[in-house]
Amino acid sequence: MEALGHFFQSIPIDLLLIQTVNGIVTGMILALVASGLTLIFGIMDVVNFAHGELFMFGAYVGVIVFAATGSFWLALIAAALIVAAFGAVLQIVTLRPLIGRDPLNTILVTFGISLVLQNYALWQFGPVARRIPEPIESSFTLFYLQYPLYRILIAVLSALIIGGFWLFLRYSKFGVWIRATTQDRVMAQAMGIPVPLVYTGVFALGAGMAAASGVLFAPLAGVNHTMGLDWVLKAFIVVVVGGMGNLGGSIVAAIFISLLEAYAAIWLDPSQAVIVSFVALILTLLFRPTGLFAAVSK
Amino acid sequence: MTTAPLDKTMPLNKTMLSHTAVFWIGFCAVMALLIVAPLVLPEFWRRFLTEVLIWGLLAMSSDLLIGYTGMVSFGHSAFFGLGMYGAAAALLLVSPPNLWLAILFGLAGAAGAALFVAYFSTRLRDIYFAITTLIFSQIFYVIIFTWTNLTGGENGLIFDRPHLTIPFLYDARFSSTTLHWFVLAVVTASYLTLRRVTQSPFGMVLQSIRENEARTRAIGYPVQRYKMVSVMLSGLFAGLAGVLYAVQNEFAAPDFVYFLTSGDTVIYNVIGGIGTLVGPIVGAGFFQLMRELLSRFFGDQFPYLIPLGIIFIVMIIFLPQGLLGFARRWLNR
Repeated sequence: MEALGHFFQSIPIDLLLIQTVNGIVTGMILALVASGLTLIFGIMDVVNFAHGELFMFGAYVGVIVFAATGSFWLALIAAALIVAAFGAVLQIVTLRPLIGRDPLNTILVTFGISLVLQNYALWQFGPVARRIPEPIESSFTLFYLQYPLYRILIAVLSALIIGGFWLFLRYSKFGVWIRATTQDRVMAQAMGIPVPLVYTGVFALGAGMAAASGVLFAPLAGVNHTMGLDWVLKAFIVVVVGGMGNLGGSIVAAIFISLLEAYAAIWLDPSQAVIVSFVALILTLLFRPTGLFAAVSK
Repeated sequence: MTTAPLDKTMPLNKTMLSHTAVFWIGFCAVMALLIVAPLVLPEFWRRFLTEVLIWGLLAMSSDLLIGYTGMVSFGHSAFFGLGMYGAAAALLLVSPPNLWLAILFGLAGAAGAALFVAYFSTRLRDIYFAITTLIFSQIFYVIIFTWTNLTGGENGLIFDRPHLTIPFLYDARFSSTTLHWFVLAVVTASYLTLRRVTQSPFGMVLQSIRENEARTRAIGYPVQRYKMVSVMLSGLFAGLAGVLYAVQNEFAAPDFVYFLTSGDTVIYNVIGGIGTLVGPIVGAGFFQLMRELLSRFFGDQFPYLIPLGIIFIVMIIFLPQGLLGFARRWLNR
């Protein structure tokens, strides 16, 4: 008992709170990445291996636009639009010919795309990380720490984008098309919904969201060519834990996983903290192989 | 009257005979070429060919999953790497270093990793399987990368190459030629074993899982157990490739446990032709040759994965069978 009490006393409450805020901030970015991934999967049955590279690509476009114009917000919008257009082209050229084939073909093709993009970034920008400065420099005091306001802003912005996306799915015509295609592809086509266009649109949308999160994340850590793999792995974990194709589940799971990693980082080395989320994945696979929140959606 | 049945049976017998005969003649011809090759080739290309064979073995092991069981593994780097580090453990801990002990340790390491991965990831199918194998291989990567005391961390482990020993008969240092022959022998034995496995009743069940998993389960086969055994078998051969690589290069490094090795393995398979066993070796050869030629023409800094990645994408769209795909039925008969 005494040892237990001692353990509880040794937990630094202030550190715990700071890590909670940090976890929620990264969790919101992760939710933005993962919701694009889960959307593309839910509608097209495509696991987009290149999603992390679209995230990275968005961050690089952000770096370039920021260097040219000096405006962070312009960089954010330009990156989202350019990468969305790029995603549309990518979908038409590489994924459209594969419709109707074994879904494993799509995972292979997107893997190939991720390889090409990653190596292109390395070739074009070199291995040195680039940076975008934070657009808002003010900060507030969180215990003894000067906590940058920008991080809070990221969480709010991500939430706004996800919320806007949800409204778009709910009320816009294209959103109705998307939901109809998710439910029954053949029937949707029979009702006159242009399913190939929906596919391209969804891929572009997911790509744009990944790019936006890339730009949002860029001021927190540097932009380099390997950042894509870290994020796509985390997003995969989130999507499996949250239930594949389940938007609400993946948002909750994103925050859950990020909080776990943030708390683990109090005691462990950050590179080892990743293992905690791997363990969360293993436990999910053991006890709820269809995802923690899958039962709700089906 | 009497000649008619004779005429009909003769060509039938003849074609059946000729298929196996042609197969073994082709096999012997390729073997003869590979045996003679190190005597003719200069040192660099000798090493290159040996390495291609090792990558080929890794790719072939993964073909058992991709081509025959219908599960794409993105985690073969874990088995390969554990084979490497297992061999390293045997070579560093036991003196004098023993080749066979290295193989034993490497296989044990790979088997451990494979058991772990197989137990969890075979609960999932298709894409989920691919993702979980990838994530598991990253777990092993993080552990190996951060456990510096045991694994040397980022620097890896360096050791001496063991002697080629056959107890009581033979004991000598490896030359690059004998090393090539040794690797060739191991890869050939693995190929024949895997070929036998895929043609056995067990292999037939694996292929039926690939074709229609639900029906296979309905017939009464314990599908998950079959999948687990197939992942473990595949992991063992991947570990064997890791041991060979460690013996050839005298080091073990965390880079080889990293996801990129698994990615290369998948590329070898797709380029060479999945479901053929020899295709992946051809694919590995093609990939490594292209890489070598590209960096010779354009310099070391040239991002060879860009053109190779584009070839890979184009092949999936237009030539999903791979280079040897046209021979797939024939090779599996």
